Amino acid sequence: MAEINRDDVAHLARLAHIDMNDDELDRMAGELAVIVDSIKTVSEVAGDDIPATSHPIPLSNVFREDVVGETLSNEEALLGAPDNADGRFKVPAILDGE
Amino acid sequence: MADLIHLTADALAQKLASKEVSAVEATQAYLDRIDAVDGAINAFLHVNTDEALLVAAEVDKARTDGDTLHPLAGVPIAVKDLIVTKGQPTTAGSRILEGWQSPYDATVVRKLRAAKMPILGKTNLDEFAMGSSTEHSAYGPTRNPWDLDRIPGGSGGGSAAAVAAFEAPLALGTDTGGSIRQPGAVTGTVGVKPTYGGVSRYGAIAMASSLDQIGPVSRTVLDSALLHEVIGGHDPHDSTSLTDPVGALVEAARMGQVEGMRIGVIKELQGEGYQAGVLTRFHESLELLRSAGAEIVEVSCPNFRYALGAYYLIMPSEASSNLAKYDGVRFGLRVVPEGTPTIERVMGATRAAGFGDEVKRRIILGTYALSAGYYDAYYGSAQKVRTLIQRDFAAAFEQADVLISPTAPTTAFKLGEKLDDPLAMYLNDVATIPANMAGVPGLSLPGGLADEDGLPVGIQLLAPARQDARLYRVGAVLESLLEETWGGPLLAKAPEIAGGK
Repeated sequence: MAEINRDDVAHLARLAHIDMNDDELDRMAGELAVIVDSIKTVSEVAGDDIPATSHPIPLSNVFREDVVGETLSNEEALLGAPDNADGRFKVPAILDGE
Repeated sequence: MADLIHLTADALAQKLASKEVSAVEATQAYLDRIDAVDGAINAFLHVNTDEALLVAAEVDKARTDGDTLHPLAGVPIAVKDLIVTKGQPTTAGSRILEGWQSPYDATVVRKLRAAKMPILGKTNLDEFAMGSSTEHSAYGPTRNPWDLDRIPGGSGGGSAAAVAAFEAPLALGTDTGGSIRQPGAVTGTVGVKPTYGGVSRYGAIAMASSLDQIGPVSRTVLDSALLHEVIGGHDPHDSTSLTDPVGALVEAARMGQVEGMRIGVIKELQGEGYQAGVLTRFHESLELLRSAGAEIVEVSCPNFRYALGAYYLIMPSEASSNLAKYDGVRFGLRVVPEGTPTIERVMGATRAAGFGDEVKRRIILGTYALSAGYYDAYYGSAQKVRTLIQRDFAAAFEQADVLISPTAPTTAFKLGEKLDDPLAMYLNDVATIPANMAGVPGLSLPGGLADEDGLPVGIQLLAPARQDARLYRVGAVLESLLEETWGGPLLAKAPEIAGGK
């Protein structure tokens, strides 16, 4: 199984949208290498014949009646937002200007 | 009113029902206690004084008017700050939610309100419930009432410490890998992780959705059963909620019977890595159960040795996905970098400033385990290990009605001791994680004090899924046998809390 290095952590941090400076990347790479090393045996335990369990107590077809329940008002939904305008969440530019 | 706060929830409920004590008196006594000792303990992130007294006054009026009340009406409770509450802040122990208020109540909170239990406030936790010591809270660690230099366990250290320090008779916790049971063990209190789906999680801020479970925190087994019956049962708002009735848990705790029951000692959850004083107390508990007529058998769960590794793949994977919603758009913190930034740069800056180190570690680890090329080797393999753990439990429960182990390998360690060694911290959960992986219920109760450090030891009971009643039935017997040997509850031996304001 693959090891995890500083470049991997930098890539993962970008994917996860967490800015990290050089010190953080160094420290995180060291800590994660130890953790990944300790858990890699997991991939060697179970063979192809063992099914995966995604949920401890599986339920199927969980439906409810198609009726309107309690919903949040527009004001309630926006109450915790950092910024809003015209009853909507307001965000900075989605795309770069270039 | 010092006596009031030392009553069990059950005893307080009886005094309230007989009008010997008013709900306002009881609630005020707890608020006074919080005021006196929480400066030293830091169990509460928010104290809900006005609303709690208002609810208590409503209970007293209803009682005077002769209205029918829930048996726990007027018994105060603390709520882990991972569970959302209208009218109070919910932080999840994180800077990213500082000052945020939920526009809705969690289902368990609605049930507390329906029972008219005054909510004393919100308790401290490791950020987003990620930790075993409460040291990962953005609002400072909670301290263990038995020794203020030691951890109260985690992630629910606030709820456990509040109950242990007599700041609340009851509390709610959440348990993803042991966050109710391990704090119970190291603070000398009782904590229960119900069967997965047995208590609605609607309104519990999600960490790892296939593992998370809300449950009761208390000072006695019976008190946990009383609270479990309040919060349990089906909820259409949670699609993983079981449709089974909650069951006669209080009756099981009151009856307490082990004669003829087979209690299985899990071979793999003892020995190396377990503190000597923990094992001594554990073996004493086995002897007491044997003397009460239980048959003690040994069971082997060979795949439990892989549980910790599989857990540290599944939990971060699910957490990395669940925490993607903290992006500075709909709620919580937004950090805007210099210039005219795009939303992507705002997200990166917001999450960098809002999340602590442990949360970042787990998000990166989860992103790694789920990334293309690694998914099968990591997340997929861990899910297969989960199947093997379930099979181990199934085989063990053919030989035994209930399983038993120490709750945690050691007593409470010193604050700061494991903060720089994430792996050592993770090992605290080695005995509690298998239950979450399989969805089975577990209970931790005090087993005495370790000889070498005089600190509480936890005994864990595990039952098959949907058989939570067995935990209460066996737990109540063991509790009463142990209290006979101690001459009273274990918490009576806890030191006075010094340094309160």
